[in-house]
Amino acid sequence: MNQQIRELIHVHKSTITDEWMKEVEKFREDDYLQSISDTVYQNTNREFVDMLFNTVGQEGEDVKETISNYTDRLIQLGWPLNYIIRGMQEFRKVAVESLIRNDDQTRDIEFYQEVEDWVDEVVNILVGHYSGSWENTVFLQKMALKELSAPLIPVFDNISVMPLIGTIDTERAKQIMENLLTGVIEHRSQVVLIDITGVPVVDTMVAHHIIQASEAVRLVGAKCILVGIRPEIAQTIVNLGIDLGKFPTKSSLKKGIESALEMTSHQIVEIEE
Amino acid sequence: MQVQTHVDIHSEWGIVAARQAGRKLAREIGFGSVDQARVTTAISELARNIYLYANKGQIHIEEATSSGKRGIKIIATDEGPGIKDVRRVMEDGYTTSGGLGAGLPGVKRLMDEFKIDSEPDEGTTITTVKWLR
Repeated sequence: MNQQIRELIHVHKSTITDEWMKEVEKFREDDYLQSISDTVYQNTNREFVDMLFNTVGQEGEDVKETISNYTDRLIQLGWPLNYIIRGMQEFRKVAVESLIRNDDQTRDIEFYQEVEDWVDEVVNILVGHYSGSWENTVFLQKMALKELSAPLIPVFDNISVMPLIGTIDTERAKQIMENLLTGVIEHRSQVVLIDITGVPVVDTMVAHHIIQASEAVRLVGAKCILVGIRPEIAQTIVNLGIDLGKFPTKSSLKKGIESALEMTSHQIVEIEE
Repeated sequence: MQVQTHVDIHSEWGIVAARQAGRKLAREIGFGSVDQARVTTAISELARNIYLYANKGQIHIEEATSSGKRGIKIIATDEGPGIKDVRRVMEDGYTTSGGLGAGLPGVKRLMDEFKIDSEPDEGTTITTVKWLR
């Protein structure tokens, strides 16, 4: 930024700050920032504006670092990006207006361009940082979800259970298939129970994936039992005309485990005292 | 009063959004849990067809009324390749995607009214209604 304009901005620092504080106060109401106490709000705003004035005097990497550090704090405090962006827009307006007002020459366009360039750079860094943190969150959640998506749990010798909860999409269907097959080999399972109690909708695609998975399990020498079919799901499966006749189904996991034990020649007996 | 919901389908998450919207409206209209499951499954099939064959489209869900009856109406529209042979897709077991081929005939059985308008290379609109008993 032009040295002269830099100085001018610093000269008018207090007027710009005051006007800006007044302006941002106006749109505080429509944000959830209302719940933040007045002192915190005032302090953060003041810090924000101080940070902006600091960057006016800095160049390149220094600017980036100052803003990055500050943005990290904003993200941690949970300040919404749209508030910050609006704040920056107000700041641009107030700064340009106050520069023009106090200038005897007519350098309006010059002021406007200089301030605009500077504000744009700050906004770019802010948005970059915010979206980076969102992408990071989404990525972490995706990983967490993937880990939860299709666990195979060995419950008895040769018997494993795969509880499925939530929507089954193509990605998850792939996981189910992979985990089933590797798990069956690893745990030397003879019977695998697929529990669909927690699956909200069984449409043709979900049924198709389950049929394919159990067919694959049959090929590696184990048997699949489908358990946890709720009454309404049973009716929709019949309406859809899906043929599940080829493999055994049970209403609950408990019944499934009983018949799995039977198939592996085991039995649970009560001990008589 | 007409309640309308509009869901754009352009990813698998759209399918989830559409059927959640459908389940919510079906519950509000007063459908029991079995019919809620039927409506949701039908929406799931229609939305998946859009995603699978046309890549993108819309699911429109609204309350329907006719001579004192109440129900839920689902309109699925896309501008995809269209259906070349409407009679064949209504046959059980006919599929072009390696699926079960139970989707559309299944939806017809799940719902009470069912209508397909399809023009090759123009798109497909499927309108289906379930009445409250």
